[in-house]
Amino acid sequence: MANEVVDHGRRRFLTATTAVVGGVGVVAAAVPFIKSWEPSERAKAAGAPVMADISKVESGQMVSYPWRGLPVFVVNRTKDQLAMLPTLAPRLTDPDSTVSSQQPDYIKGADRSIKPEWLVVVGICTHLGCVPEFKPVIGPEPFDPNWKGGFFCPCHKSRYDLSGRVFAGVPAPKNLQVPPYHFVDDTHIQIGVDPKGAG
Amino acid sequence: MANVFNRMGDWVTDRAPGFLPFYRKHMTEYYAPKNFNLWYYFGVLALVVLINQIVTGIFLTMNYNDSAAGAFASVEYIMRDVEWGWLIRYMHSTGASLFFVVVFLHMFRGLLYGSYHKPRELVWLLGMLVFLVLMAEAFMGYVLPWGNMSFWGAKVIISLFGTIPVIGSTLVEWIMGDYLPADATLNRFFALHVIALPLVLLLLVVLHIFALHEVGSNNPDGIEIKKGPKGNRWDALKPADGIPFHPYYTVHDLVGVGFLLLVGAFIIFFAPTFGGWFLEHDNFIAANNLVTPAQIKPVWYFTPFYAIVRMIPSMFGTAVWGVLAMFGAIAVLFLLPWFDAGKVRSIRYRGTGYKVALALFVISFLGLAMIGTDLTDEIFPKIFGAKIDITLWDNVFGRLMTAIYFGYFVFLWFYTHLGWEKTKPVPERVTTHD
Repeated sequence: MANEVVDHGRRRFLTATTAVVGGVGVVAAAVPFIKSWEPSERAKAAGAPVMADISKVESGQMVSYPWRGLPVFVVNRTKDQLAMLPTLAPRLTDPDSTVSSQQPDYIKGADRSIKPEWLVVVGICTHLGCVPEFKPVIGPEPFDPNWKGGFFCPCHKSRYDLSGRVFAGVPAPKNLQVPPYHFVDDTHIQIGVDPKGAG
Repeated sequence: MANVFNRMGDWVTDRAPGFLPFYRKHMTEYYAPKNFNLWYYFGVLALVVLINQIVTGIFLTMNYNDSAAGAFASVEYIMRDVEWGWLIRYMHSTGASLFFVVVFLHMFRGLLYGSYHKPRELVWLLGMLVFLVLMAEAFMGYVLPWGNMSFWGAKVIISLFGTIPVIGSTLVEWIMGDYLPADATLNRFFALHVIALPLVLLLLVVLHIFALHEVGSNNPDGIEIKKGPKGNRWDALKPADGIPFHPYYTVHDLVGVGFLLLVGAFIIFFAPTFGGWFLEHDNFIAANNLVTPAQIKPVWYFTPFYAIVRMIPSMFGTAVWGVLAMFGAIAVLFLLPWFDAGKVRSIRYRGTGYKVALALFVISFLGLAMIGTDLTDEIFPKIFGAKIDITLWDNVFGRLMTAIYFGYFVFLWFYTHLGWEKTKPVPERVTTHD
């Protein structure tokens, strides 16, 4: 202690290295706390992608699958129904699916699908969240004399076509949402996962 | 008896000699300008509301259940079955709104009298941090009753972060801890609302007051009393225009506190929901992830900022601009001391341009609040007829108000940095000195 000469360079070096090592430690220790906020294994299991076996869905039929607590409609559309879709554009609010929140980037066109005959939409009305009814038959309905097939919400009479596109002049503002999905093979759709190379 | 207290005081002073000087520095020997007016009540009122929130909050946690399945029922239990539970809950919910009333007025006082000017920038910055934490605290508190507006409000506000390109959706899942607001979200918001943020808030409030006591309080004349003549009744070296905070301002503030309690009690007893403004009607329905309320709008104190989000359209394929503008609206307030290089502080001696600009700024803030609360949807058809396109008028009006809000800061920079402001002479001493 008799030697009072202070080596400032050495002191600075020790201060800096201590701070850096301590800083790395703090960052490392923060990781578990930050990661603890991610969806837990239980939440992930409940929100896991759903595998839909579509081999038994006949042409013109609809099957509903639960995904993340929401009903997902899978519809096998007929040639006639598909032929109607482009003709409906003047009666729709958003015929070209421009509202980006309502479908993934790879869903385009009047059929809003990956394979034209297969429609996959979240069955929740974009107005107040009711579950719309499937009304596939082309022909007059009490709520629409020019009905070309689609979905009808019993709560407030919102109407959607067979691509889940909303009609103009109804309470619902947006098209039905298309969830991320892809074809695993010809008879299986995985709901909740984008196709490879998309999204 | 007095002897006993004296001896106890001596006992403490012997062991902790710093306590008494600390008390004197912040209370009996803190010399505040003698010309405070009504605007100077709101700081202490904010402190009173903070204490109310902490005390009532502690008692609410004793019966509240922070699970998605039990939260709504536990709040109803507090309201119906817990002895005086309704009073404690209404004190807390009314306190939340009154907190923002007094904080907005407290901040406006700062604008009126230039309380953010040098050397009080740090006081202003710490105060703005308090405001920021208060907004987070209020938002998370609003989610806890797990009513339908809690749920959808949480969903919409958290979704704001989803507009950030690339990381947005991951960030939203990280904040919620699930794919929609759920148990995990409610649990963490409860933890943040009752532990983390109150601790931060208290620390910031203490720093805000310490920073203030270092530089001393501003006043309606915007004069530095420390630079004025010295010598008052209590101390020959202290400012002539200062009076001891205790007992003069403590007693003075009691009047304001009494008035606040009167207003608070009136609301709690006669209009606890305040017509749906303090507690929204949709929040008396339990959270339901399948049914959206007809109108999702935030509580009134967030509406000016929330309206800005709605006014900025999506551009270049992303909706992030509205969110950036909303956070920008708060960020520019932080930077106010550097936008304003005015030579005088108080509006009493500032140029006409400043007065007009401040009036327009207040109008823009209130105008944005009207849009955010959907009041314009009712007012516009009455003024312009029922056939008008409300969305169009909302956008025109709202964008004008947004432009004025930000324009205030731009104008202030040019007005003061380029020397356009013509000020009036500032008096030597506060105008009410004897």
